[in-house]
Amino acid sequence: MSDPMAFLLWVKGPMFNWALAIFALGTLARLLEIFLLGRRPNYAEPRGGEWGPGLRTVLTRSVADPGTFQRAPFDVLVGWIWHVGFLIALLLFIPHIELIQALIGLGWPGLPNPVVDAATAVTLVALVATLIHRLRHPVKRHLSTAEDYLIWTVTFLPLITGYLAYHRLIGPYPLALGLHILAAEIFLIVLPFTKLTHIFTAFIARWYNGAIFGRKGVQS
Amino acid sequence: MTGGSVSDPATMPAAGGPDWDAAKAILNEVRHALRHFVATGESTLIDLRAQPFAPGDLERLLAWLGRGEVEARVEALGPTRVWESAVPGVWLVDHRDGDDQRLTLQIEVAEFPEILRSPAQDIEQAVAILDARLGAAADGGP
Amino acid sequence: MAASKTLGERLRERGVSRRGFLKYCAATASLMALPPSMAPAIAAALERARRPSVIWLSFQECTGCTESLTRSFSPTIEDLILDVVSLDYHHTLQAASGEAAERAREEAMRAHWGEYLLVVDGSLPGPRANPGYSTIAGISNLQMLEEALAGAAAVIAIGTCAAFGGLPQARPNPTGAVSVSDIVTDKPVINVPGCPPVPMVITGVLAQYLVFGQLPELDEYRRPRAFYGQAIHDRCYRRPFYDKGLFAETFDDEGARAGWCLYRLGCKGPSTYNACATMRWNGGTSWPVEAGAPCLGCSEASFWDAGGFYRALSVPAEIDGARILAAGAVGAVVGGAAVALTRRRVRAGEQAREPVTVDELEQRQ
Repeated sequence: MSDPMAFLLWVKGPMFNWALAIFALGTLARLLEIFLLGRRPNYAEPRGGEWGPGLRTVLTRSVADPGTFQRAPFDVLVGWIWHVGFLIALLLFIPHIELIQALIGLGWPGLPNPVVDAATAVTLVALVATLIHRLRHPVKRHLSTAEDYLIWTVTFLPLITGYLAYHRLIGPYPLALGLHILAAEIFLIVLPFTKLTHIFTAFIARWYNGAIFGRKGVQS
Repeated sequence: MTGGSVSDPATMPAAGGPDWDAAKAILNEVRHALRHFVATGESTLIDLRAQPFAPGDLERLLAWLGRGEVEARVEALGPTRVWESAVPGVWLVDHRDGDDQRLTLQIEVAEFPEILRSPAQDIEQAVAILDARLGAAADGGP
Repeated sequence: MAASKTLGERLRERGVSRRGFLKYCAATASLMALPPSMAPAIAAALERARRPSVIWLSFQECTGCTESLTRSFSPTIEDLILDVVSLDYHHTLQAASGEAAERAREEAMRAHWGEYLLVVDGSLPGPRANPGYSTIAGISNLQMLEEALAGAAAVIAIGTCAAFGGLPQARPNPTGAVSVSDIVTDKPVINVPGCPPVPMVITGVLAQYLVFGQLPELDEYRRPRAFYGQAIHDRCYRRPFYDKGLFAETFDDEGARAGWCLYRLGCKGPSTYNACATMRWNGGTSWPVEAGAPCLGCSEASFWDAGGFYRALSVPAEIDGARILAAGAVGAVVGGAAVALTRRRVRAGEQAREPVTVDELEQRQ
């Protein structure tokens, strides 16, 4: 009788703590490894600073250069759309902010629900488009591994379950909400051990790129 | 006669605030009911009892509808108050129980509310009732 | 006991006019959350309706549900008992007590075997629990339920305790409490949860059974959709503020006074299905959210164990900070170990290195 509620309490309780623990373990292990190893020492005399160019590159590499855009406009545009949409849904939906505040004590203003809802809908469509594109593009299909499809799935699931729960499209509600939380937990668990670590490493790699070039006195 | 009518700005609620949404939805329903009544002659009942009103919404809605020319009271299982709103054809029917607790409050879009009509089965017995009263009068009654 | 006369006949005997009957039907339609246009159908059904016998069993409960029922006024409890149903056993409301009361229950069961409506409020110690935790006249709750169940046409579980286990079932559930539907498998069960349920909903469900003689449409939790079909949140007058992102931050700030959304104060409206937002309490006077208190989610299963009443719905019941920190520390150790291993490999490589000159290489060849 109360099974969906038991399921919700399980994903909100023990499972949530396990997911966070696995995420903390994996992420710290991966990041510490990257930071402690650092780079090979460069004994050449520096011709410029590292920090300034490093940080600038973190920002500038977020925008694809014109060549890349001309070669793959779909990837750049749709990639941007769904990343921004995903971040809006994740970070600016009031219930999510409440959760983050309870976890780390930091909060910020959210967006009105209809805006978040629209962003989620756009993101869902964009993600489906990326999958179709990946499957129909001969080169991309050839390059894609099982991991690529796995991370597409774990990214898509929190969004679609959240959308279904918000609009009460599946019932009972504790089941819908529980599935959404479980999907987010799977995302957290999978994150440190797959390409999803780019959430952190993309910025580290850009910083290193910028810093190395900056030291050489070259613009990146 | 039409105190608190639509044209009276003092009782007009400030439309647009979120707390006015539920009452506005009712007014829309009334508009549909009126159009339907004009087109087909079919009356409509709207139950105001179970509506997601904010505090004061019901009072604002009633003030907005205002008072028309007719007021009536029915005594059956407790009082029922009936009045025409400032909008012709839009009636308010306030059913209360013996303790004057509200049972339902309805908007009835019709020529007049059904509760005011003499029931046909009662009229069938009307002559007998009249004769009985006449008989009682002959016997020195009322 | 339940007379064989129809309700229409009884009402006319009591001098209720046709206008009065029409009004009664309008009130009943409103009570059942049906459109007012259903009143004629209700009138026709009520004309024919026979008064069903009701046996009301109270187990592990606080009498709050009965208190709630006696505060429903349309139809009034007196009307309900005299006209609508024949409440043949209810150990709080009946005049008889002790063995006389139990005899009344047995007689009513015999007289209406297979037809009576069994109403239960409160949970009961389950088959594997010590039956001594709750007994009436020396009879265990489970035994009494099973006996009464055998002759019942249908069961209505009133209140969250009867419907889902409620407070007695909250962790650690010392009495092994179970819900009615955990026991009843072969009879239709209607759940009317709430702590207590809205009075009008209790009488509404009874009236619906009386008028239409059949079970209402139920949701996944066997709750009548007419009353539990929509989340509090979706019918809440504070909902527009939620959508705009306007929240009361404390119970007495300006937002709270201006009617802003109580989500951040722990309102469980989004996950709670009940009729409070439309039916309200105390004869339609107000309801918890209107009074400035967040919805506790009392009509949902396990609401006692679902986390703090005043913590936002999206916040987990308990966050195990120690475990997460420990896991982070383990991660740090693993990362450090990986670094140490890599460094050792690099150093070993450096030590094993044999520098050679071009001349030496040429000589080796």
